[in-house]
Amino acid sequence: MARRLSWGRLPVVHQLRQSVGLQRGMLVAGLVLTALFLLTALAAPWLAPYGFSQLRSDGVLFGAQQPPSADHLLGTTVGGYDVLSRVIWGARTAALVIIVAIAASIVIGVLLGLVSGYFGGWLDRVLVVVCDAVYAFPSLLLAILLAIVISGGQSDLWGGILAAAFSITVVFIPQYFRVIRAETVRIKAEAFIDSARVIGTPHRRIMGRHVLRNATRTLPLIVTLNASEAILTLAGLGFLGFGIEPTAAAEWGYDLNKSLSDVTSGIWWTALFPGLAIVLAVLGITLVGESLNDLADPRLRSRRAAAVGAGEVAETSVVPGGTLTAGPAGLDGLEGSGTLGDEGIEVRP
Amino acid sequence: MSAQAATTGPTTTRTSGAVVTVRDLTVSFATDAGPILAVDGVDLEVAPGEVLAVVGESGSGKTVTAKTILGLLPETATARGAVVLSNKAGTSESDVVALSRSQLRAVRGTDVAMVFQEPSAALNPVFTVGWQIVEGLRAHRRVRRAEGRRQAIDVLRRVGIPDPETAVDKYPHQFSGGQKQRVVIAMALALDPGLIVADEPTTALDVTVQAEILDLLRRCRDEFGTAIVLITHNMGVVADLADRVAVMYQGKVVEQADVRTLFADPQDEYTRTLLAAVPRVGGGVVNAAARVEARAEGWAEAAPVVVAKDLRIEYPGRFRKPAFVAVDGVDLSIRPGEVVGLVGESGSGKTTIGRAIGGLTPVTGGSLSVLGVEMRGARERDVRPVRPRIGFVFQDPASSFNPLLTIAECVAEPLVVHGRAGDARDARDRVDELLESVQLPRSYGDRYPHELSGGQRQRASLARALALDPELLVADEPTSALDVSVQARVLELFAELQRELGFACLFISHDLAVVDLLADRIAVLYRGRLVEEGTSAEVLGAPQHVYTKQLLASLPVPDPVLQAEHREELAALRA
Repeated sequence: MARRLSWGRLPVVHQLRQSVGLQRGMLVAGLVLTALFLLTALAAPWLAPYGFSQLRSDGVLFGAQQPPSADHLLGTTVGGYDVLSRVIWGARTAALVIIVAIAASIVIGVLLGLVSGYFGGWLDRVLVVVCDAVYAFPSLLLAILLAIVISGGQSDLWGGILAAAFSITVVFIPQYFRVIRAETVRIKAEAFIDSARVIGTPHRRIMGRHVLRNATRTLPLIVTLNASEAILTLAGLGFLGFGIEPTAAAEWGYDLNKSLSDVTSGIWWTALFPGLAIVLAVLGITLVGESLNDLADPRLRSRRAAAVGAGEVAETSVVPGGTLTAGPAGLDGLEGSGTLGDEGIEVRP
Repeated sequence: MSAQAATTGPTTTRTSGAVVTVRDLTVSFATDAGPILAVDGVDLEVAPGEVLAVVGESGSGKTVTAKTILGLLPETATARGAVVLSNKAGTSESDVVALSRSQLRAVRGTDVAMVFQEPSAALNPVFTVGWQIVEGLRAHRRVRRAEGRRQAIDVLRRVGIPDPETAVDKYPHQFSGGQKQRVVIAMALALDPGLIVADEPTTALDVTVQAEILDLLRRCRDEFGTAIVLITHNMGVVADLADRVAVMYQGKVVEQADVRTLFADPQDEYTRTLLAAVPRVGGGVVNAAARVEARAEGWAEAAPVVVAKDLRIEYPGRFRKPAFVAVDGVDLSIRPGEVVGLVGESGSGKTTIGRAIGGLTPVTGGSLSVLGVEMRGARERDVRPVRPRIGFVFQDPASSFNPLLTIAECVAEPLVVHGRAGDARDARDRVDELLESVQLPRSYGDRYPHELSGGQRQRASLARALALDPELLVADEPTSALDVSVQARVLELFAELQRELGFACLFISHDLAVVDLLADRIAVLYRGRLVEEGTSAEVLGAPQHVYTKQLLASLPVPDPVLQAEHREELAALRA
């Protein structure tokens, strides 16, 4: 059993070992950027030289729009905050919003998708129409509306984070709903669901044990793609002024908004660094997502070419990840009469 | 190995007028699990106008060999050796392995053409068949519209499509499966190639249609002088059509001989096993007789486990179309301990009946009583009590297991669901026992379904079906996805377990020979109606209904000499 539980089978690690060449480069770059982002978020109190809402140290004001110096490595903003500290603390806000938004949308989306796809009928039709309607809204507009509804314009740290997260959640639920529903409809027609039904398995058990576990294959992929979208939505909200107050938390979009006027007057540091932070975080997560997407599809996955005449003749008709129609899948062959040893089973490297 | 490659490069010597000569062909594939050697040093030669059958079980490398002849290997493959292809006139020849893409295009269609397994997938649904035939012509020479159409009509007529002048403007979905395969063959013949590679050309077709397509392929050889490389796993098809046979096993050609010699006197051990595993009609008479002997007195009077009276099952039509009647007035009963074989072609309603007995498809008319429960209008709550008394084995061993559960967990499911065990670990003793009864080692319980071969999976499926000691087992084509030697073993095991446990069984299959091996009684379905029912000896020995006669005559006998006679019988029956 130990072999099955080993770390090599974990979603991202598995793909990393599977990848070669450019695809591996993309995945590694994405993973490094994402890890950097998460570490920054986690260690913000120790990394940042000042607090995100700190205006003075030792009783002395930082001063507004100070260029980069030894005291303020990336300068200060128009409001007199330290840019470096705000960028670092901003990672924490972004990470929190992503986690809350995705956790909420996964739970709700998956549950609705599962029920909707499994039972079908009028519930399914209503839910699909609602999700289509949500799709029809411009997502940022929807997020703004929800931000106002939830926080009423006033926002402390958690109020702001929850407002941003839930407004993103509403936009994301349809995505999870659709993916899980489509998978459920597909899996429902598979023979193993029939074979569960003929032995009289209750619906709840079929959904939980047989459908759900098989339907979640593509979730890591959507999660990574959504995470980058969540950062952009959060930054968009902040930029438009529906984000979190600077005294409650650091937020990249808000800082960008405030630095609008600086850019024209030659003050580059206030806009560049929060912008760069957004770009790198989104880039890192997107790279991971896109690589996972390519690696999940055997047709897009690149492999090392087989050497001429290389390889062993496979012993069974089973290849991990499905049989190839081309036929190299191996041999079913004659099964030994009587004794069945361990031969006849492909051993994975 | 690579050093050897340099010495055995492409050859240029002219070979005794063969259409294709395969020499020392080796093909490897890159897969996620490392390289796999699919074809290992194969030598083959096909003379003009000859039918060479390449036989083997799944994974033997037969399809890969065939695809290499057309240069159709995927990018993940690396090939070594030579495939020397000459045109029909014998004036030019080329080594396919070494050709560039554009050279390959020139060769395909004119020198060698392909007939695929699944005709509906090989035809583009949005173009007329005429257009698709002309497309092939256009790829090689300039063809005027009217001329192309004339040629398309001509070739359609020659493959026996009725009324080719109107058929040429029809779309693929307007043809039946057999006619579609005729169109695919017409496309292959359009440029009059010297060689046709037919990859399982009849596997997706019903037996009666298969017989017609085999006739057509025979005519291709006789009238067009086309050589055919026939890839198949079906020994009956080989006996019917082939002149010469190459048997492949684990990527190697283990035996190559004239068809009559091969069937009469197989040399290789594997060939002998393969031939012995092929089920033959008439092989089950002894078994059936033995079972009748063993029956207790008064068995015939016992209450049947399944009674269908005027059973009718409809699938609702969409968009106000009339409902599709899958089963139409079937009367059938299964007595305790009896094996009833249900035979029919695709669309005959045999699977629907099986699913209705398992409560998976609602009954819309008549009456169906399973173990005393009336299934018509029954709700899940009513059916549930009898569920543990019914076992079900599905057709496709690949998809009938939840891929994320181990075999032991899958087999334990029925026990857990019906409260006989708390969880899978609790049930492990019983699961081990079950696995052993289907001759799988206990350790296989810890494996995942994809780690088992098809035959092993189907045996595990049987173990799951038997977990609750059912009185009735519904087996829906349990062996049709398996290789013939594996099928033989599964059937043997099945018969053995039936003898020991004495469950009643509805055995659904399209293959008369398979049903004959197991069944006490055979019921023949045709378009939802029961056309004939009786003991195996009655139905197979002296069929009454015309359809049963045709079905029997269409089934190719795995013996070239007998099959020749058999073919004439069929021709007489059709006339």
